[in-house]
This record gives sequence, structure tokens and C-alpha cells, in this order.
Amino acid sequence: MANSKNERHVISVIVMNESSVLARVTSLFAGRGYNIETLTVAPIPQSDMSHITIATNGSAKVMEQITKQLHKLIPVYKVIEHEEMVEKEMVLVKFPIAENLSDISALCSAYNGGIVNVGPEMVITMVSDEPTRIKHFIEATQRYNPSEVVRGGVVAIER
Amino acid sequence: MQMSGAQMVCEAIIAEGVKTVFGYPGGAIMHVYDEIYKQNGFEHILNRHEQASVHAADGYARATGEVGVAMVTSGPGFTNAVTGLATAYMDSIPMVVISGQVPLSLIGTDGFQEIDAVGISRPCTKHNFLVRTLEELPRVLKEAFYIARTGRPGPVLVDVPKDITVDIGEFVYPDSVNIPTYKPTYKGNRRQIEKAVEAIKSAKKPLLYLGGGIVLSNASDLVREFALKTQIPAVETLMARGVLGAKNPLLLGMLGMHGNYSSNMAMSETDLVISFGARFDDRVTGKLSEFAKYADIIHVDIDAANIGKLVDVDYPIVGDITEVVTKMLEQIDDIDTDRYQAWRDILGRYNELHPQSYVDSDEVIKPQWAIERLGELLGEKAIITSDVGQHQMWAAQHYPFDRPRQWINSGGLGTMGFGFPAALGAKRAHPEKTVINITGDGSILMNMQELVTAAEYKIPVINVILNNHFLGMVRQWQTFFYEKRYSETDLSFQPNFKALAEACGGIGYDVSTKEEFDAALKDAIEQDKVCFMNVQTNRFEDVLPMVPSGGALFNMMLPQKVLSNTEAK
Repeated sequence: MANSKNERHVISVIVMNESSVLARVTSLFAGRGYNIETLTVAPIPQSDMSHITIATNGSAKVMEQITKQLHKLIPVYKVIEHEEMVEKEMVLVKFPIAENLSDISALCSAYNGGIVNVGPEMVITMVSDEPTRIKHFIEATQRYNPSEVVRGGVVAIER
Repeated sequence: MQMSGAQMVCEAIIAEGVKTVFGYPGGAIMHVYDEIYKQNGFEHILNRHEQASVHAADGYARATGEVGVAMVTSGPGFTNAVTGLATAYMDSIPMVVISGQVPLSLIGTDGFQEIDAVGISRPCTKHNFLVRTLEELPRVLKEAFYIARTGRPGPVLVDVPKDITVDIGEFVYPDSVNIPTYKPTYKGNRRQIEKAVEAIKSAKKPLLYLGGGIVLSNASDLVREFALKTQIPAVETLMARGVLGAKNPLLLGMLGMHGNYSSNMAMSETDLVISFGARFDDRVTGKLSEFAKYADIIHVDIDAANIGKLVDVDYPIVGDITEVVTKMLEQIDDIDTDRYQAWRDILGRYNELHPQSYVDSDEVIKPQWAIERLGELLGEKAIITSDVGQHQMWAAQHYPFDRPRQWINSGGLGTMGFGFPAALGAKRAHPEKTVINITGDGSILMNMQELVTAAEYKIPVINVILNNHFLGMVRQWQTFFYEKRYSETDLSFQPNFKALAEACGGIGYDVSTKEEFDAALKDAIEQDKVCFMNVQTNRFEDVLPMVPSGGALFNMMLPQKVLSNTEAK
């Protein structure tokens, strides 16, 4: 079956910004056995809604169920299964100060980022880019002995 | 008007037209109970366990179609109510449960009788609320009732911290509800309905697959009219018994794991499934890849998530059965009912070949006989509730249900202990009707404390205990699939059911012959008191036909007698 293949999908869930709404969404995923790869949430400006972005994976059938089950939650206003989207993720990486800072800076520039903080023992870089490029960036940083990597999760907007 | 939160709760219940509330008091809900004491807008029934309160409210809702209301305290009061919530949730029963909670200042401190009620009940309620301010309480109560009864109905929990019930504020009960994120779809898509009707007209072997959604939508009359006009044969799910009426010649019976032969064969051979308010539960479909293998599927359901969940659907229609069937009826005047005659003939022959049957006995009461006897004596006059197990399936198979809401059972969750308290709710809603709980010697003990409730409030429910000294359904599986290792299913050690009923203020009958059965039933109806009819049945009766779990619907284990008849032919 063509639609039984597990594929990565990004969905946006627009919800009433009220207490326990995030718990409703995540416990639905847990209870029905759906995966969450990343999840981000923030209020939508000038509204009483919040925008939740979830990167998940599943077959077309599972995606359909996820969308419909989310819709059933009372505080859920809209569910968007992204098809044509701009998708970005942010990552913070900490390096020892002794590493080659000009190499690190050049690497970050190549991924639309740079050094955002310098301390006596370490530097912190920030990059925001498409999730696959973030993955590549993290791989490329390995030779500079990163001491900590924090990924931000995906945000997406339909084109 | 200025009043306390506790008073607001009572005023909302009155405003919603609720006449009976089932519940159990405790620390966190005491202020509300103090107001219940002072008011006379509704009666309160004190069950002897919170689970029973919720089942009773559930039975009340199922018997009437109105929202049932139960009230419990925080902590253990609430956790005892969870099984009741889950039972109602799985069968889409409109219900509002109000639970006490520790004061706002204590929430999160592991206070006495504190438990995260909204957290626990999230997966087994349609929606739930933790009330955070007195100001929002009237709106929350209004929304709770609205959400419970609209769209696909379901139970809603309102968790009220104790200090909010004490505080005094302005009460105006809202006239209407506006939840921008909640807009159920009632009207089916017009184009989709037209396409579905075209498919019906061009089908050769269509089959009506009727589910509990028809009962919830009060659409039985419309569905009967649809069947009559189209002359399409029909099968009912466990939750739809009574929709078409036992005497309807188009009704093949119940389908599924314990469905009859012609129903299951019809589903296996049909070329068009017309599903009204059914959800393709695994107990109905058997092996999915073999289910209705040659059919296109029309699926009408108010819950979009039910459509395409388990089987691929060719004509999805999201909407209320009442609305959709009404529209369909406008388009079928030119239908050629002769078109399906060959199909009806085939199914008729299937029914002659393997009718729903059992081998009766002169020595011992067969459980199927007991149910058919109830049907003969009471017919459509009675409301039948049941617990869960063999007796439930026999009741569904053998009782001649004539109307919707006559049959009340826990189909989705399969909750033992449901039947007795649900019967109390149904009887309170319809005092003029005889209410029978068909139960087993296992199930009845799971809420037997309700004898006391029934005796105190004079709610004369007749419990017919089909006593085989076994957890019969599990025993049946052990016979078939576990080489007769009867692990923990032998209930030979029993209470004296007659004495138990009497000890609690009811009547008990020991029944072991058909004559005693008739006499006990007659007496029970005349005495008008809660009773246990302890009916000794044969121990090793099996529920047949049976489709082994995960098997294809057409692979049924059939009753012995019928098998030998076929071989003789």
C-alpha cells in the first residue's frame, strides 16, 4: 500500500491559549501511540490563541487520524497539515574557547548563524536553518568538540 | 443574583432541567451538598459507591437521551468515578460529572484527598474543566452541559475546588454558548449524500449496518422508514439493538463476534455497506482484511475521526444521522426495491440454514431460555439492562428488542458492574416501566451494594442472575483457546444471593426450574421491590455463534444442533 509508508510530517495546531491545552495535545499523542519528533509552542500575538508546531511521522492513514483526533479536542481551533511550507529550526552549540574560533565562525556563517556569546571558558553559537541543514551543521561541528548542543524544535509556516 | 459557588452548581442543574442527580458526598464537595439539602429543584439519590452513581446517571441518560448528572467528592470519590466516566465515554453517553477538589491554594501540594482529576480523566471524557475562578463557574457549567449533549455526545467532568464553592459572587446563567473552537458538523455534505444515494441505487447487494449513533441521534423512526422504502436488509450492532425492531422482516440480527450466521455472511458478501452511526469496532469486524471485502462503504458518522479509522471508506459523510437520513429519504422515491430481491432471498436462505438457536433442556434452565422467556412475558414493556459477559451476549441475541433505548449495556468499555446501577437510573427515569437487569453471578457482585440504594429509595429493579458458577465468558475462552485450564474463573464459592438481597431490604428468589422462573418473575413484578432472581443455569453453556478473536466474520463456530442439522441435509 502506497499510503502505509512512514513519512515525516509537520503539523500546526492552533489552540485556545488556556491551561492544560498542551497537556491535552501531548496526552492524545501518547494515548494513541503517535510519535512526536519535536514540539514547539508560543502564543499568537494579539489573540487568545497559541500556535503549536509538531514534527511527527506516520503513514498517511495515521496522519489523517492525528489530524482528526486533534480536531476533536474542544480547545483546538485549526489543524494544518503542512505541505508547501517554510520550515526552520534553531540550535545553540557551546564550544571550548580553545577551539579554532575562526573556523567555527566560518562554519556558522555557512549556516546563516554566528557566535552569539563569548565567555572565559567557552563560546556559544546560534544557527537557524532548515531541520536537515541543522542536522548537517551539528555533524560538521563534531571536530570542534562541542560541549553542549540544544535544538529548538521545528517551526513552520505554509507558503 | 448574589450566591455561593455551591448554589450556582445547584442552580445550573435546575436550569438544565435535570430532575435526578446521583452522587456521594465528601469533604471537598460538602458545600454543594449543603445547598442540595436546602433546595427542592431536583432529587438526589445516594448510591453506596461513586462508580454506581456515575453508572446510574449513565443509565438515566441512556433511557431518556438527556444529560445524566453525577456528583462526587475529590480524591477517592473521583477515582471511583473514573470507570463510570470511561464507560460513558466509550459509548458516547451525554453526562456531566461534578467533582469536588481541594481548595485552589492546596492544589499541587498533595493535600488530603487531592488527585489530579482533570489529568486522570482527560482520556476518558469528551472534555473536562478545572474551575479556576468563581466568575467562570456559570459559563463552565453551561458549556459542560452543552458539550456533553451536542455533536458526538460524551461525559464532561467539572472539577470544582472547595473554596470556589464557598465564595459568593454574581450568578447569571448564560442563555447560549459560544465556543469558537467547537462547532460540530450536523449537516452532511449534499454532494456526498447524492453520490451515496446513487451508489445505493446501483448496488445489487446493499446492507444497512446500523450502530448506536442512531439511538444517540433519536433517528430510529427515520432509519425504519429508510429500510422500509428501500427494502434493504439490515444488521444491528450490539449498541443498536431495538433500532429496527425484532419483528422487522428486514432485520437479519446482530453481527460481529457473537452475531448470527446470516448477519455475518451478509457483511461478508455485500457489495455496499451503508453504515449509519456505527464505528467498525473490532468485535464487529473480525479480521479487517476480510471484512466486507467485496463492498464499497458509505459511512455516515457525526465524528469525522471515526470515518476511515479502521476501514477505507468510499462515501464518507460527516453529519448527524437524523439530518443525513432525512436528506437521503428525499432522494429515494424512485428506488427499485425488486433490484435487491435476489439478495434478500440469499440471506433468507442463510437464516433458514443457521438460525439463531440453542438446544433447550427439560432438566435445567438454559440461559437462552430464560432470556427468551423474559421476552415472551415482557416484550417491549420492559427496559433491559445488562452487565458484561455471556449473559450480555445472550440477551443481545435472544431478547426481542422492539424500540431504541430499551436495551442498555456497556458495549465499548465492557464494564462488569454496570447493569444494576444503570437499571436504577433507567427505572428512576421511567418509573412506569419494568426494568430488568440481566446479569451473571460474576458481574452482580461488582456493584451489589446498590441493593441498599434500591431498597432505600424504593427503586424496584429486578436482577435476573444467570448463575453458572463461572466467570462464563472467560471460562468459554478457556475452553476453546486455553485447553480447559479454568484459571480463576470457577465461582463455585458463592454468597447466598437470596439471603443477601433480603439482608439489604430486597427480595430474593432461588430459581432452578422453569415454573419457579415464571412464578418468581410474576411475584417480583407484583411485589414492586428490588430483587435478586438467582437462576441456576447449566454450567458449560457457550455463546454461539462465535468468531474467534481476529478471525474472519464468515468463519463462525456454530451451535451444535445446527451443525448436525446441516450434516443431515
